Amino acid sequence: MNAFDYWSIAQGALETVLLSVASIVLGVPLGLGLALIRWARVPYLNRIVLAYVSLIRSCPAVTLTLLIFFALPQFGISLDPTPAAILALTISTAAFNCEIWRAALINFPRDQYDAALAFAMPRSLRFRRIVLPQLWRASLPGLVNEMTLQIKSTPAVAVIGIVEITRAALRVGARTYDPLPPFVFALVLYGLIVFVLIRAQRVIERRQPVEARA
Amino acid sequence: MTEHFLIVWQQRADVLSGLLDTLGLLAVAALASLLLGALLAPALMSKRPAIAHIAVLYVDAMRCAPFLLFVYLIYFGLPSAGIRLSNWWAGAIALILYNTAYMAELLRGAWAGLPAPMIEAARAYGFHGFGLVRRIILPQVFTVALPMIGNQLVQIVKDSAFLTVIAVGELTHQMNGIQATYFIPFAAFITAVLLYWAICLVIEGGSGLLSRFAEERRA
Repeated sequence: MNAFDYWSIAQGALETVLLSVASIVLGVPLGLGLALIRWARVPYLNRIVLAYVSLIRSCPAVTLTLLIFFALPQFGISLDPTPAAILALTISTAAFNCEIWRAALINFPRDQYDAALAFAMPRSLRFRRIVLPQLWRASLPGLVNEMTLQIKSTPAVAVIGIVEITRAALRVGARTYDPLPPFVFALVLYGLIVFVLIRAQRVIERRQPVEARA
Repeated sequence: MTEHFLIVWQQRADVLSGLLDTLGLLAVAALASLLLGALLAPALMSKRPAIAHIAVLYVDAMRCAPFLLFVYLIYFGLPSAGIRLSNWWAGAIALILYNTAYMAELLRGAWAGLPAPMIEAARAYGFHGFGLVRRIILPQVFTVALPMIGNQLVQIVKDSAFLTVIAVGELTHQMNGIQATYFIPFAAFITAVLLYWAICLVIEGGSGLLSRFAEERRA
């Protein structure tokens, strides 16, 4: 393995990070929206979200990626590999995030909500100032956990030709006829990404006011 | 669109073989990884630091690695070590070794949560060593861990779809073949997704049923 091989796998890491960040940025709020639909028991939509979450949680990432990349053109929507990959990853992570947000919503203390109501806070203010900050704190560990799982499922998008870490390592292995070193390097990169994520969670948790941590 | 699903129906032999292949992988991987996980879990909790360190290192390494990377490692790595396997077995072994780590970890969690007085009482009645583990500890560990084992089985089903990259003839691979031959991507992959859904609903239903059965027997 020469310097260029290391560089090409590192570029794959950039692609992995890009796809993960994009799908997380889209998937976390989307999951919250879905959880709110379930929480508020919006008629019909509630059932649809339930079916969506159940279906996607049992759907392999590879199959979902293939479905989106190959089937959408049948309906006149042609996506390049990168947007298709981001879409597939977002759809899958949103379903898992929905369950995490929903668990936090169910455990949200009712009396606080009632107290905010007694102070005549309008609905949006109630949600923004009372519910969301606590919800965020309760969900953060679960969300970060899901993010690490999300990063580990990004190699699925390699099936539609995206060169992320795993595929870049595979290419180097195919060129040098020695697959072990690139795979070990890839493993180190994945470990590094997950480590950074977990450290970020610690930093965010520490920045929160002391009384909130108790 | 309907005729597309008709084509899938005409290819039902291939679909069925893919489905059976996925189920076969699930059965082999689930049984083997549960068994190995049950053997690894005591090692994780071992009082000898050397054994515990090695076990923890293995579990953590597996939990850091994406499954696809591990599949490639097994598929390309084993022949370098002089072991030649069919694609199916290479995939099955990757599934087994990968999920063993997760099974061991969740069994360890359930084990650590067992009430200590129960085990002390068993010791007072003369249970010790393997008899204690088999008669007293394991049945309870499995009862507590059952829902999590169910989740892990769903994870095995989802991971098995990755094996299409090393040309294992499982469900996604068969559907991709049908899709490419007749150019019916939507019908083919939706069928696959629905079949995966069905498998996972059966797993969830089964683990729920077993949980209830275990509760009733204990009562």
